[in-house]
Amino acid sequence: MTRRDLLPLLLAMLLALLPLYGAAVQPLEFKDTAEEQRFQHLTRQLRCLVCQNQNLADSDAGLAGDLRREVFEQLRAGKSDDEIKQYLVSRYSQFVLYDPPLSGSTWLLWFGPLLALLVGAGVVTVIVRRRAANAATAPQTRGPAHEEEDW
Amino acid sequence: MARAIPLILFLLLAALLGFGLAWNNTHDQREVPSPLIDKPAPAFSLPVLNDATREFGSADLKGKPYLLNVFGSWCPSCVDEHPVLMRHAKELGVPLIGYNWKDDPADATAWLARFGNPYDVIVTDRVGRTAIDFGVYGAPETFLVDSNGKIRLKRIGPVTPEYVEKVLKPAVLALRSGMP
Repeated sequence: MTRRDLLPLLLAMLLALLPLYGAAVQPLEFKDTAEEQRFQHLTRQLRCLVCQNQNLADSDAGLAGDLRREVFEQLRAGKSDDEIKQYLVSRYSQFVLYDPPLSGSTWLLWFGPLLALLVGAGVVTVIVRRRAANAATAPQTRGPAHEEEDW
Repeated sequence: MARAIPLILFLLLAALLGFGLAWNNTHDQREVPSPLIDKPAPAFSLPVLNDATREFGSADLKGKPYLLNVFGSWCPSCVDEHPVLMRHAKELGVPLIGYNWKDDPADATAWLARFGNPYDVIVTDRVGRTAIDFGVYGAPETFLVDSNGKIRLKRIGPVTPEYVEKVLKPAVLALRSGMP
């Protein structure tokens, strides 16, 4: 058997394992696709606390499985998305939310980038104005005196 | 003056980097502060390890301060923490409740036989719902609950001798003096 023949075979074997992987991550039984979509949408907005850069839907940590089951059972019990989020926030703090609400401790997170942009715009304005003023007072005489502006 | 600006900017950036490095050395970025501090500890009632007929829980602890230590035989850091509990738990003078989290009772029993048992009572929870109520996200974690049933402290990660001396002992003393 040449290497060329082997490749499709290996791929086929890998693909055969795929359903097993899916089953390991998601053993919950949904009653319809609407429920499943709601569950997936909700767990994608929640952070796994064990592997902190993964969401609950993707993580295969033991605790993430427990939390998915909890979310699923509450969803089944008729709780709203907000109620389920509140349930987790009251235990694990706002850190579980991938999209943190605006509050006293998160205002810097929300407005920090805008603040940095404004500071940057201010610096650029000052530099541009200063150059314009220099150009107006000393046109076409770029001598050693202005060299220090060139950085 | 203008020539010095790049140097000043560089020094500011270097200072920021230095601050970040120092901060990371003294703070665990993965640590999530518990919103349950100074809130009532969640109620629980769970089977006692190796005694399926008995349940133990917050009702049995009503009116007295206690420490709740989350552990599992699958948890490597718990092995590091264990000698500290063995040596210092009795000095604190409050009951130490073991919460055996997502563990096989047989594994937990073997683990305790090997490393010793510092706990006054051990409850088991294979499903882990009580852990979610306590906001546990890893083992080991340790909670100090006061006589009013409020969570006073949460230690994320192993309890160290320094933590016992500098935090736990003063906190337990404060509970004593605060009691009528």
